[in-house]
Amino acid sequence: MSSLSILTLAPLLLFCFLSALFGIWRLRWAYAMALMGMVLALAAGVTGLYRVLADGRLRYFLGGWPPPFGIEYVLDHLSAFMAVIIVFIGLISLIYPPQAGLYHTPRRVVPAYGLFLLLIGGLVGVVITGDIFNLFVFLEIYSLASYALITLGGDKAVVASFRYLVLGTIAGSFYLLGVGFIYFSTGTLNMADAAQRLLPLYGSPTIMAAVALILVGMGIKMALFPLHVWLPDAHSYAPPVVAAILAAIQIEVAAYVVVRMMLTVFQPQYFIDIMPVTTIIGWVAAAGVIFGSVMAIAQRDFKRMLAYSTVAQVAYIGLGIGLANPLGLIGALLHILNHAFMKSCLFLIAGGIRHQTGLHAIPQFAGLGRRMPLMMSAFTVAALSMVGIPPTAGFFSKWYLVLGGIEAGNWVFVAVILASSLLTAVYFFRMIEKFFATPSGGDPAVEQAREPSARILAPIITLAAGIIILGLINALIVSYVLQPVAALLPK
Amino acid sequence: MVVLDLFVSRYVYFMTVVLLAIGLYGMLGKRNLLKKLISMNIFQTAIFLFFIEGATKLGGSVPVVDELIGIEAAKYINPLPHVLILTGIVVGLSLTGVALAFLLVLYRAYKTLDDRAIMANMKENLE
Repeated sequence: MSSLSILTLAPLLLFCFLSALFGIWRLRWAYAMALMGMVLALAAGVTGLYRVLADGRLRYFLGGWPPPFGIEYVLDHLSAFMAVIIVFIGLISLIYPPQAGLYHTPRRVVPAYGLFLLLIGGLVGVVITGDIFNLFVFLEIYSLASYALITLGGDKAVVASFRYLVLGTIAGSFYLLGVGFIYFSTGTLNMADAAQRLLPLYGSPTIMAAVALILVGMGIKMALFPLHVWLPDAHSYAPPVVAAILAAIQIEVAAYVVVRMMLTVFQPQYFIDIMPVTTIIGWVAAAGVIFGSVMAIAQRDFKRMLAYSTVAQVAYIGLGIGLANPLGLIGALLHILNHAFMKSCLFLIAGGIRHQTGLHAIPQFAGLGRRMPLMMSAFTVAALSMVGIPPTAGFFSKWYLVLGGIEAGNWVFVAVILASSLLTAVYFFRMIEKFFATPSGGDPAVEQAREPSARILAPIITLAAGIIILGLINALIVSYVLQPVAALLPK
Repeated sequence: MVVLDLFVSRYVYFMTVVLLAIGLYGMLGKRNLLKKLISMNIFQTAIFLFFIEGATKLGGSVPVVDELIGIEAAKYINPLPHVLILTGIVVGLSLTGVALAFLLVLYRAYKTLDDRAIMANMKENLE
């Protein structure tokens, strides 16, 4: 029993209140409190990951009630890995200034900092909980915070957010119904306990219905291809920082829930053989990869293009889960990490361009490369990583996915991954060409554009540097953190 | 007769499914955003009913241990689903609150709550 497993979550929830409370009194305090909460959470998250790597799983029983009676928080390799990603990306996005990142001046963003911490807290809660109902509660906490944060983008964002709210509630309710089926069949809500009690029930149609409901719910939350309809609007109208959080970590957390269900609540065998879940996810995701990439090429608006690219990238994660072998899963989990860095970097760049020039459509960007060399270099790094050019991180996750596809003998998936890399190259190289090669058309917004302030540049450069560093140290991450997770899958 | 017996013994579940279907239809099929929101509440309530139904026992007592009844679990109603649904209701309430606030903003901005009219307006005013 170690309280370290809950320590990532506690400061986020505590400082969420403090930030709102102190924000009423002094404006600066809201930001200071939010920053302090994130820093403490990151420290706890990194310590937790370090301890898990040294000693293995950490468990904390809330209120001292041992499972299966009480709620349990479990920090294992997978959840510690996810928690560190979430809090790190959250902290980087928080540093980004509110005028550019949230479209509002500091006076109006005081409640937003509280919501921001609530969003990150909900996401962390989902990954560290060991209880399937508690997971539902955190799922709704982060969803509610994200609905509210999206609306900072203006009236259109409110329309997008309302649609997301309706679909997100359907998703959450499906999950709750699935939990109900599992609870009434087994009498437990604890993941480890349910795993034992579900073993004799694997033939039961009730459990199959529960799995189907949970997966459809999570499919909506992670915007897996035919269920992605809410994503492009919500992500393109949301302010850049919120879009970065949503695209980089929020939908990945839903993918985490699928992996958690497959590895911890059920035996992987159940998802592979008894119900053909992984096969379905794999093929749906393969369609999603192609669909997202093609739609991204067709977009004129930068953020909307990124949103469709997210549909394609999250489908890569689904593809890795669908391969159902250790290499595929490593690829999927590594892609969660890489995509978090790449997509948040790109959304923050979109915010920076808009803040400096007011432009948001790709054809207007001609000639910006010379005006903002630092930011555009960061863009180039992130874009190369999205395409999957080696030393950048994006290459390695695709590499593992391709290896997994070859091992599974599934050549269609291999072809899909390679084809979509080409499609990704089409829409990113087109932008790089616009930035650096095309002369500016004399647009005063471009002519007078200047490099943004250090506070905008710092998070962007950090993330871009992170993409290269992750590419260099990916072997370490795979062998120490992801290998133990993937070892749970049958070869 | 088998079908009828099945229906009588499980009618609450059939009702739950009917409510779920009504809610889902309203959320996806109705044009008025307020009706979508009401359907969302129906949908959630159906799930709450499902949990409460699962917890009831015929002749079960309030889940507070009473010396006259004894400590046999079968004689008490299962309290856990009620607690879960209490949490679920709070979640549903906050969702409704946030959604109503959105509708207020939308009505002020577009002077209508009709989904298609709002979409048409958004298309016209593309930046």
